[in-house]
Amino acid sequence: MTPLSFARAADTAAAIGLAGAPGARYLGGGTNLVDLMRETIERPQALVDVTGLGSAIEDQADGGLMIGAAARNTAIAEHRSVRTRYPALSRAILAGASGQIRNMATLGGNLMQRTRCTYFYDDAAGCNKRAPGAGCDAIDGFNRIHAILGASPACVATHPSDLCVALAALDAIVHVEGPAGARSLELVELHRLPGGRPDIETVLAPGELITAVELPALALAARSTYRKVRDRSSYAFALISVAAALEVAEDGTIGDVRLALGGVAHKPWRARMAEAALRGGPATRSSFLAAAEAELVDAAPLSHNGFKVELARRTIVAVLGELAGDAA
Amino acid sequence: MSILDTIQQTAAGVVAKLRPDAPPDRLIGRKHGSIGTSLPRIDGPRKVRGEARFAAEVPAAGLTYAALLHSTIARGRIATLDTAAAAQAPGVVLIMTHENAPRLKPPAAFMSDPRAAGASDLPVMQDATIHWNGEPVAVVLAETQEQADHAKSLIVATYEAEPARLSFAQAATRSRQPESVLGEPAIIRIGDAEAALAGAAFQVDLTFHTPRHSHAAIEPHAATVWWEGDRLVIHDATQMLHQTRWTLAGIFGITEEKIRIHSPFVGGGFGGKGLWSHQILAIAASKLAGRPVRMALSREGVFRVAGGRTTTTQRVALGANADGTLAALIHTGTVAMTTHNNCPEQFTFPARHLYAAGSFLLEQRVADMDMLANTFMRAPGESIGTFALETALDELAEAMRLDPIELRRRLEPEQDPTSGHAFSSRHMLAAFEAGAERFGWSQRNPVPRGRREGEWLIGMGVAAATYPYYRMLGGAARVTITRDGYARVATAGHEMGMGTATVQAQAGADRLGLPVEHVTFEYGDTALPAGTVAGGSSQTVSIAAAVAAASAKLIAELLTLAGNDSPLAGLSAGEVEARDGGLGHPEQADRFESYVSILTRAGREEVSAEADAPQPVETQRYSMHSYGAQFCEVRVSAVTGEVRVSRFLGSFDTGRILNPRMAASQFRGGIIMGLGLALMEETEFDERSGRIMNPSLAEYHVPVHLDVPDIEVIWTDIADPHAPLGAHGIGEIGITGVGAAVANAIHNATGRRVRDLPITLDKLL
Repeated sequence: MTPLSFARAADTAAAIGLAGAPGARYLGGGTNLVDLMRETIERPQALVDVTGLGSAIEDQADGGLMIGAAARNTAIAEHRSVRTRYPALSRAILAGASGQIRNMATLGGNLMQRTRCTYFYDDAAGCNKRAPGAGCDAIDGFNRIHAILGASPACVATHPSDLCVALAALDAIVHVEGPAGARSLELVELHRLPGGRPDIETVLAPGELITAVELPALALAARSTYRKVRDRSSYAFALISVAAALEVAEDGTIGDVRLALGGVAHKPWRARMAEAALRGGPATRSSFLAAAEAELVDAAPLSHNGFKVELARRTIVAVLGELAGDAA
Repeated sequence: MSILDTIQQTAAGVVAKLRPDAPPDRLIGRKHGSIGTSLPRIDGPRKVRGEARFAAEVPAAGLTYAALLHSTIARGRIATLDTAAAAQAPGVVLIMTHENAPRLKPPAAFMSDPRAAGASDLPVMQDATIHWNGEPVAVVLAETQEQADHAKSLIVATYEAEPARLSFAQAATRSRQPESVLGEPAIIRIGDAEAALAGAAFQVDLTFHTPRHSHAAIEPHAATVWWEGDRLVIHDATQMLHQTRWTLAGIFGITEEKIRIHSPFVGGGFGGKGLWSHQILAIAASKLAGRPVRMALSREGVFRVAGGRTTTTQRVALGANADGTLAALIHTGTVAMTTHNNCPEQFTFPARHLYAAGSFLLEQRVADMDMLANTFMRAPGESIGTFALETALDELAEAMRLDPIELRRRLEPEQDPTSGHAFSSRHMLAAFEAGAERFGWSQRNPVPRGRREGEWLIGMGVAAATYPYYRMLGGAARVTITRDGYARVATAGHEMGMGTATVQAQAGADRLGLPVEHVTFEYGDTALPAGTVAGGSSQTVSIAAAVAAASAKLIAELLTLAGNDSPLAGLSAGEVEARDGGLGHPEQADRFESYVSILTRAGREEVSAEADAPQPVETQRYSMHSYGAQFCEVRVSAVTGEVRVSRFLGSFDTGRILNPRMAASQFRGGIIMGLGLALMEETEFDERSGRIMNPSLAEYHVPVHLDVPDIEVIWTDIADPHAPLGAHGIGEIGITGVGAAVANAIHNATGRRVRDLPITLDKLL
């Protein structure tokens, strides 16, 4: 681990000030950043501990929910409003990591976690994300866990978060503050596709701090779920995950739908093409399949991850079928 | 020729005590002793309280902490090694590279001599040559581990890479036949198996592939070492104490007597805790620095420095007659190995002993690669050999429309099918039948894909388990009785969590006729009489044989001490038994004297005897193996291909069970490791670079709690009359057969055969 300075921020303004130091990084629960520092993949010169900042989970007057970025994953997953109004979020959190890690991990840190690509983790390997211009050893290497959507010749890594997939489906808004002031953006706009600069993973400006995530009021979110498919029953990253919410009208047509995928891309993948195909159509297995096909039409698998296309198709159909219940 | 024969032939200086017709161990028939009771783990309370000190926890004044820099090429030379920045880093005490390392002789590789422990015979940090990707190229010593790790990250190494043999498929095209497979022939031909196969009424001819595995014991490899003048003290995590001492003496050019190794607690061995380069580097660095060194490998370090199970490609071809007997049994294949070790992963061993057949072709070949030396890993060979053989048998049973257990009944041999020896103790069919009854095998639908609940396809599978009985040569023990009627049993044995300390205290108690709480078992220290390797599931009986020999000697000495004024007067050592805290005639209750009385009358504080174990001649006369039947129920998602093992039962025939609690833990642990082998474990070896790409427990998947169902274990508990205590080692058999039981259950559930481990969901979509 490289020597560094450490400061605990008393409030958001102080945190942003401290983050002006060269090579500074915000520190949440440390469950990813500290691991990467031990591996010398990350070498921050200064850490700004933001775990003392806002962690409240508050119902909003308009029916939404505001979650402070320092809220621990466990607290979010267990919160009554989350469990009853946004169950996909609770399930996604509980599908990830272990109890101990969830007790430490924060919401803001979860959004900022980095890929589990093994070539990113090994400084003997070529990785454009770790060392821009070094090439990508994953493209022709072990790429079973890698992206099938939105990848580039520079990077085929995936975003590892479960929580973010649920947030992507639930229209979450990310509130940030930085040297230039406060702003808000959609969660699905936070993370970038790799393009030519996979080392730049979000649209945050230097020094910008995630302060809260807002879940807008969304009636159909009460019937939302999350399904994660992985190589063992627990404590493994998603090969494919699906977050979905579905509203089926009396006549058996789909009123509204939210669908997002994990394990497929450099960012949590909101499946808008599938949603468009579903809206207004019948809640039947064949329309679920057609929607999955619509979303996956551009899938570009690598040598070892072709199965993900079929797995994503099947999991989408199964999750939508479960949400539709007898209607399907 | 067996591994034991080989060791015997090369073990110069060991006095032969050939007793081919020795009567059975008299403890076998004893009903009321400590053996057979579920005594809780003696070392348990200390471990739970955190008082058990492991190798990386031993304190030392002036201790330095080591970090290793690993090479990033597989073959070539170090071009430059810039250590200037690291040397200036805070806390750095020493940087050792090939340029300043002490001159060392290469390690004697395991099997090159019965006393050798080296995982390979490559020189350690003696020149700029690189032999595998991950080989240590620099050791940094610092005042703290963090300082050492940081300084290591500042070293800049460049290399001149040379072409390396990194493709297993290519290396296999140039495979060779090894001189032997652990002392046994690399090829066995009986009859013309290919011709018999071609003419058989039923045939299966299948190819299997198994991946590399890495050791993932909860305790990463570690050693704390220091020099006291010309004497060397090592606190190691090892399963081969005396062999490590002998090998280190050769490397460092000192006598064995100058070296003392302590290893009272080991956090899991599984075959991986041998002598690798990290201990040698720690000792060398300590010598250079003149200070104690702690070398605790990181998890990545374990993957890069300590080898694991190698990859194999195997062919199993079975030709069956119409009556369900085998006309031909062919099991051949190739494993990846190096030219500097000798671990050919004996995957054909099960086929040598399990089933009768009219003809055999069993052949092992090795493909030389530029990689970290592979090594033993829980049932090396048998674990993955039974995967191939027992899957093939299931496929044959299906082709013949026979129940898989019925097929095994028809293949039961009368004597060992390849050696011709009589079996010492074989009750495999009894294990199958007991297991089938308990598991509800009759409920299995023989038609694949015949049972479904929602999206989950449910299936059942069965496979044989087997592992050889080994007893290692070279062990000794000392038994001491004290005037207060207590005893100490001492040998340099190993407790890696198996229950050795507990079971040997029980065996010692029964051997000496004492309550178990009066017996202390001393182990884990080269100052004690020589122990044998804790490997090959051999340690329990190896120690028992040495303790029996020492006890017999002690009893003779006690009779001499007792003299003519004792009720024992006139009895020879063979006429008395140890019972009730003393010695007595087996039938005449009044001819008895307690140890307390004998020693008190003789005015002795204690009396002690030491003896070598007799040679393990039993395996020269008999085919000695353990057996079992593994039953598995799986649920496979028809949507995602995810496999969940919902029930598992292991039914074992492993001689007498000495402590049911410890035995159940060993069997279950083996089965759990087998579930990992079946479903998820795979070391990703990048054939472009020779680099292991998943050196962490995040990406190298072993089963988590949720992957493990309730596992029931049962056993025949039939003593082997030719084994000390009537017992067989049980550390490894648990993993055997599990891969096939899972694969066969998956086939029963889904109709899919997967012959390529691990069976991940993508192979079932």
